[in-house]
Amino acid sequence: MYDVIVFLTLLLLGYGVGQFVERRHYRSIIEREAKYNALPAIASRYPPIEPHYSQVLVTGSTVVSVDYFKRFLAALRNLFGGRVTSYESLLDRARRESLLRMKEKSAALGASMVFNVKYETASISKGAGNTIGSIEVLAYGTALIEPHAE
Amino acid sequence: MLISNLELIPGRRVVEHLGLVQGSSVRAKHVGRDIMASLKNVFGGELKAYTELLQESREEAMQRLQQQAEAVGANAILNVRFSTSSVAQGAAEIYVYGTAVILE
Repeated sequence: MYDVIVFLTLLLLGYGVGQFVERRHYRSIIEREAKYNALPAIASRYPPIEPHYSQVLVTGSTVVSVDYFKRFLAALRNLFGGRVTSYESLLDRARRESLLRMKEKSAALGASMVFNVKYETASISKGAGNTIGSIEVLAYGTALIEPHAE
Repeated sequence: MLISNLELIPGRRVVEHLGLVQGSSVRAKHVGRDIMASLKNVFGGELKAYTELLQESREEAMQRLQQQAEAVGANAILNVRFSTSSVAQGAAEIYVYGTAVILE
């Protein structure tokens, strides 16, 4: 009986707080994405030849964790198969946040674009069983800084 | 030291390739952070302590990469890549590698 109460409390807490945190995070992501729209992140490996931009390696990383409720949903999903939407939104948040952090650093350097952007995803702490506890997403690329006009 | 994940630097020619250089760092988090993280596992959201930890770890790996490149006499590292793997419960390895070159 006691176990069931703890479980339900965790589930409710996870649902309530998790939803709140996720919504707040998405709001801030959308806001900042609009702000950094002018600084393009490009996946191409070949930078423009002219002018001679100077290059700096920039990185941005985020570690996010899924809440208790979503983990429970994902565990259920494991029984039936299909799309695990609760983890999709987690990864989406982590990727967009990492890219934004990378862009923030580039903007601080005065870069005009970021080239050869790559993502690296790793699950850093494995939760109970085989479920994903938290994931880290790293976005990195080369910031191109326009040479100063002489 | 110029570090970039592009393969070429416009306007500068690669004089000599010195081969692969690498740097790695394995870090474990301390207990206090673990407790906070397990709380976050209930509520969800960003684990700031871990983000910082991995950032530090990455900086250390980059430093080692740079030291190695200096040791072979390079003045730039091109095509740098990152890789992360969890080697054990509670520890993560950060690995950075790239090509050491001499630019004119």
